[in-house]
Amino acid sequence: MKNTPIMPTRTELTVTDLVPFGSIGDKKFFALTLSRPQWANWRPGQFIMLRPSSWNSELTWARPFSICRVTNQSLVLFFQVVGRGTEQLAQLKPKDKVVVWGPLGTYFTMENKPTLLLAGGIGIAPFAGYVEAFHMQNKLSMFFSHRLPEQYYPVESLRRHIDLESNFEQNEADLKVTLDIIYKKMKFMAEGGGVVLACGPMPFLKTIWKNALELKVPTQLSLEQRMACGIGACLGCVSTTSDLYPDKEKAGLPVQTCTKGPVFWAHELNLDA
Amino acid sequence: MNTHISLPAKNGSSLELKNPIMSASGTFGYGTEFMPYGDVSKLGAIIVKGLSLKPRAGNPLPRIAETPCGMLNAVGLQNDGVEAFIKHKLPALPTHEVPVIANIYATCAEDFGELAGILSKEGRVAALEVNISCPNVKAGGVLFGQDPLMASSIVEAVKKNAGKLPVIIKLSPNVTNIAEMAKAVEVAGADMVSCINTITGMAVDIRTRKPLLANIVGGLSGPAVKPVALRCVWQVAQAVKIPVIGIGGIRSAKDVLEFILVGASAVEIGTASFTDPTAIFRIIQDLPGVCEELGIKNLEEYRNTLITG
Repeated sequence: MKNTPIMPTRTELTVTDLVPFGSIGDKKFFALTLSRPQWANWRPGQFIMLRPSSWNSELTWARPFSICRVTNQSLVLFFQVVGRGTEQLAQLKPKDKVVVWGPLGTYFTMENKPTLLLAGGIGIAPFAGYVEAFHMQNKLSMFFSHRLPEQYYPVESLRRHIDLESNFEQNEADLKVTLDIIYKKMKFMAEGGGVVLACGPMPFLKTIWKNALELKVPTQLSLEQRMACGIGACLGCVSTTSDLYPDKEKAGLPVQTCTKGPVFWAHELNLDA
Repeated sequence: MNTHISLPAKNGSSLELKNPIMSASGTFGYGTEFMPYGDVSKLGAIIVKGLSLKPRAGNPLPRIAETPCGMLNAVGLQNDGVEAFIKHKLPALPTHEVPVIANIYATCAEDFGELAGILSKEGRVAALEVNISCPNVKAGGVLFGQDPLMASSIVEAVKKNAGKLPVIIKLSPNVTNIAEMAKAVEVAGADMVSCINTITGMAVDIRTRKPLLANIVGGLSGPAVKPVALRCVWQVAQAVKIPVIGIGGIRSAKDVLEFILVGASAVEIGTASFTDPTAIFRIIQDLPGVCEELGIKNLEEYRNTLITG
């Protein structure tokens, strides 16, 4: 894949829709639709920083979100309510303004090989755009592990395009099933000359990272870290690289997840650091 | 309105800024990070991320935490080292259009002197800002900034090696009497002082019973610290004759004027650049209009005119 630089911009966008997923209990998962930014290009795996224009100084930072999908008219994001900021985002209404800067960071590779997508929970977000952009290759498959019923996640639109297997984790035994499936599927990719792309919570990614090193299957991980700026300045979101990191001066050292990631090759990271 | 500011140094030279607004070290990367969001040559000066002699990996994660009207950080001065800065970062900056100020950190006076020596031979650096106030490192850091004798020894080491470069000493608010520290570094030869660095603080989670930072404590910045910063700048400006640069929670052109009113000759914008990467460019753009609105014709005339009686 060509490594064309993608220039980010900072713009004010308008909320056009906010839809919760699932119907029982607290509404915690949302699809947020914004007016389309004037981006020249973007790639699945990249992210944006978002901050409602109405926020005063009480909340200091914008919030990072994977770009889920960009259509002719809109930019779509998925988010999960996890704290003060996302609680307030869940209150957004159509016509509200939000400041967005992006597209930011690195992106998932697209190769003409069997490609396994591994998503954990809200980590499914970047794969919506990936599948939409690349499903015509017809070599994509996906495994999705989740801890809330499937209707909380945007799964249906993905099923239309690709083979998607999922596992609803409700206890330790279910988690073991997830880990077994992930290992078997990664082994299958290793044997078939495929690649693995993964996004989800850190324990999930760490398992995949270990498998990737053991099975020697080319694997990309999209990491999630607490971020203040999203553009490489605050140094709050660093991840430690391995000796195999291509920038030799940074090998074995912490690098910004926002600008050197969020998508990294597994063998270039040291998640045990 | 002309917002040009001249900050005189002791040897008769000066730091000329097209406006009094600079980026605070550690919040603006090496400048290039912000190029997609505005013209960095419009800044009064770019103060880059703190440099040490050798690269530093910094502290473990989590290093940052959002707090009401502010944030805590314990980054621990992660940086690529002074050589990598000169080789890779400095050439990418428009140093002929905007002064680039190197912020330096070391764990002993000799290393501070060596850093100053290396950077003084580098023609593209306009001044040095000396960090004797970092609360997030085990060696040196804020300790230097809490002891007038240690602070003086560092000022002397830096001045001896800095050649013609103006030397700014960045002061810590984590002291009993910041005016006394300012006077000590002035006597030791500092050309200017900047204040405040972050205020030590912490945040905890009552469910997990864990601190929000791996380092347990960190430095507080953002609008939450502005009243403390104003008080410090005011006290320091009363105590010294050298220029004072104000730092702490500035988010708008009006905030800039508050610092100038209490005695600052110039200011640094920090955490606001995380809240919005265009913040510093907007503040620079807004300043002349806000001055006009308030009938301020000259920033130097407005400076230090707080009516207290």
